[in-house]
Amino acid sequence: MKTVTAHDLAETYDLVVVGAGPAGLSAAATAADHGVTVLLVDENASIGGQFYRAITTTPVEAPGLLGPDFWKGRPLAQRIAAAPVSYLPKAAVWNIVAPTGPAAGFEIGVSGGGAARVILAHQCILATGALERPFPVPGWTLPGVMTAGAAQTLLKESGLVPSGRTVLVGTGPLVYALAEKLAAAGAPPLAVLDTTIGANWSAALPWLPEFLISRFAVKGLRLLAALRRCTRVISGVSEVALDGTGQGVERIRFRRHGGAEETLAVDYALLHQGVIPNIALSCVAGCSHDWDPLQLCWFPTTDATFQSSVGGLAIAGDGAGIGGAESALIAGEIAAIGAIGRLGFVAADICDGLIAGKRRQWSRSLRGRRFIDHLYQPGRQFRIPANPSTIVCRCEEVTAGQIRRAVVEGGIGPNQVKAFLRSGMGPCQGRLCGQTVTELIAEARGVTPADVGYFHLRPPVKPVTLAELAALKR
Amino acid sequence: MFRRLPDLAVRKAVSFTFDGRSMQGREGDSIAAALLANGIDHVRVHPVSGAPRSPYCLMGVCFECLVTVNGVGNRQACQTELRDAMVIESQRGARAVSDEISQ
Amino acid sequence: MSEGEKFGEVEIAIVGGGITGASLAWGLSRLGKKVLVLDEGDVAFRASRGNFALIWVQLKGLGFPAYAHWTNWAADAWPGFAQTLSDQTGIDIAFRRSGGLTLALSDDEMEKQAKAWARLREQPDMPACPHERLDHDGIGRLLPDIGPDVVGGFYCPRDGHVNVLRLFAALHRGLALSGVDYRADHRVDAIVPDGTGFRLSGAWGEVGSAKVVLAAGLGNAVLASMIGLTMPVRPVGGHVMVTEKARPFLRYPTTSVRQTDDGGVMIGTSQEERGFDTSVSPAVLSTLAERAIRTFPLLGRLNVVRSWSALRIMTPDGFPIYDRSLRYPGAFGATCHSGVTLAPAHALRLASWIAEDGSSSGLLDVFRGRRFDVPALA
Repeated sequence: MKTVTAHDLAETYDLVVVGAGPAGLSAAATAADHGVTVLLVDENASIGGQFYRAITTTPVEAPGLLGPDFWKGRPLAQRIAAAPVSYLPKAAVWNIVAPTGPAAGFEIGVSGGGAARVILAHQCILATGALERPFPVPGWTLPGVMTAGAAQTLLKESGLVPSGRTVLVGTGPLVYALAEKLAAAGAPPLAVLDTTIGANWSAALPWLPEFLISRFAVKGLRLLAALRRCTRVISGVSEVALDGTGQGVERIRFRRHGGAEETLAVDYALLHQGVIPNIALSCVAGCSHDWDPLQLCWFPTTDATFQSSVGGLAIAGDGAGIGGAESALIAGEIAAIGAIGRLGFVAADICDGLIAGKRRQWSRSLRGRRFIDHLYQPGRQFRIPANPSTIVCRCEEVTAGQIRRAVVEGGIGPNQVKAFLRSGMGPCQGRLCGQTVTELIAEARGVTPADVGYFHLRPPVKPVTLAELAALKR
Repeated sequence: MFRRLPDLAVRKAVSFTFDGRSMQGREGDSIAAALLANGIDHVRVHPVSGAPRSPYCLMGVCFECLVTVNGVGNRQACQTELRDAMVIESQRGARAVSDEISQ
Repeated sequence: MSEGEKFGEVEIAIVGGGITGASLAWGLSRLGKKVLVLDEGDVAFRASRGNFALIWVQLKGLGFPAYAHWTNWAADAWPGFAQTLSDQTGIDIAFRRSGGLTLALSDDEMEKQAKAWARLREQPDMPACPHERLDHDGIGRLLPDIGPDVVGGFYCPRDGHVNVLRLFAALHRGLALSGVDYRADHRVDAIVPDGTGFRLSGAWGEVGSAKVVLAAGLGNAVLASMIGLTMPVRPVGGHVMVTEKARPFLRYPTTSVRQTDDGGVMIGTSQEERGFDTSVSPAVLSTLAERAIRTFPLLGRLNVVRSWSALRIMTPDGFPIYDRSLRYPGAFGATCHSGVTLAPAHALRLASWIAEDGSSSGLLDVFRGRRFDVPALA
């Protein structure tokens, strides 16, 4: 692996891979091993993505703390280090233009170190992973309210843990894993406020046998047992609000099963209710997307090699639907083999054989997932704020009540509502409100999210300075 | 604040200032991590409402951790590596681009 | 799906709910008319969401003095219109009659502007249009952040700008408050005159109306022919970029750079003849960015957070078409590419003209579409 800067980039690569998490690393390494010229672009300072964040740089050396699943990223890091891949860290991809003719390539707008470039790629793999589902509850914009993923990042990257009264709020494996890790690190949370919907069990139950024979089962059960030993778990939380002053969050108010309001004084609240695909680039590239009624998120539609509706553009890993790090790693290989085949580096029949084998492996890696998806499907009240003053769009401070009113006044979809209210116009470009806006409009209109649609995204999907744009070769 | 675990691998100390106060972080920290480790939860006031905001996602998505770094406004603290002698300032509302030029 | 849809009694059906359609509907409802607005859905071309939000008088009406009068009338009506709309809806649309500038980055550009102004002044029957030629220093007194490449420009105190998205939202709230029946996702594909009125239909079903008004932007081209009108409009593309919010530093709007009341700086606008293609071209953005930085060097440091490419609705001579069908009385059409500047004229005067069946002639007669009817060549 050779680290490059935006200035050193070649004009053209056979393959550009966006994102250096499990899917991107395995895709880049697989393709490079077959002689394909590969550029791997990533926003972070080091490889790993979110799950394997700081895998090569973490100061947390005690192996037990970050856990065996984290250290599974090490062989992958070694593999990419040895692969002939050009690696551009600390760079944002802000645009992808699909080829207009068979001879042309993808035009990829990249910006890093204060310089923007447009480079050509014959094939492109997006491995931009997932982001945490928005958790729009009253007070979620207060200082001291962060995502559970943020705490994971601080732990992995800098060995930092919250000090003070910390509560974890939400549902899903990451919540429990973080609680257990913080406890192991000597910073046990005050409590875990579990928002898992009890009624989800009936939908999840049919998938229990598959779960029990999956790799998740032993781990999960052990985790839940450990959790109750190390912290107070408050189950059945049906309502959450955060209060604070100008200085930050001070207390959390909640109800269990709709009962009386309870409060806890807190310094930090870490929120999490699962992850959703990061679809910014697949949207701007013009890929078709669909709404997943189980995972409750948009995902780009893909074929057997994870190729999207835009030929030559594949989406591997959680960006194409949530499956976790291990399945992302396999998906990256499959997407890479698909790209290699289309590039003509390996004969089609050989690729097909390789892909068939990898697909079986990939399917196995997803075993048990359905149970998790059903059980931890976040509750409506935590996705679609009932309180009209709850902020939905954090960048422009647009509330749920304003969005509901805009629907009544003719805002039939997210783009018209965006024009009326600016929701989704800020620097995050809708990543933190898009999902909520779609679901709010769908609920207000009594239709499905698929009927409502999503923001029409255009470049730049990451901010880029005017000077960088002006300096582009034209 | 966030505290550093006791038994971490040794990383070089990095000195910086935040709103004129001298602080230290470690090599490998993002600006956001270093600020949280120094007890700074509140890095900016929102340009629309003036409400205080702090780092939220730590992965470059939410743009809540915007600060001014060496005179350049609206830098994502979680996506910017901490460097020695950085002058970091809280972002007070919208970016004051004409003041930046005169610096 | 449409069988059960209830429309009530429709006096006037307006096709299109953009700024022009909404302005007309707002004005007609204030005249006591029962109005139905049939609009497209969330995804549509919608110049209303893509324009540059200037209220502009400078150099308007070159070759068409009546258009200069019409534009001036609208500009003068803007303060009252903005106030009425804000009072009704509670939405501040940030109308500012600040005066505006066209800047020149070369002597050649400056001379072209000067010649255009000279030609405008020589036209007969023109309204007064005060303007001032400024050199670099003169511009610098108004806009201190200009770069050395700015050689000069023209200032016109009658120009201004508005928060166009809030204008759009306020018009729609105004419609809701006035009891206008607004239907999104009701794209009209056919209009059939039925002797006493019109049947309008689409995938959603059908509705009958005594009068019909086309305000469907680029959709007018096809719909007009169904009701005996000529509205030969074509798309002309334009790119716009917006930066992150900055503290106010641009006191006056210019034709290519303006700071919104929200703090973002809008940078526009290109002109492309490429049909209905609305994909964003990085090369065009780059060209716009370069010019913007030459004009205001400090812009180079700002981050662009959004860009888009939208379609202007252009007639062959660039001027509006307002028309009524002679063959099918009760059918009207309106189209222009200055729906923001002209919004009060549409809401107040054009709405009255339609309400009165187009009988009050005068000014509006010169905007009729038949000016484009050319005899077929033998």
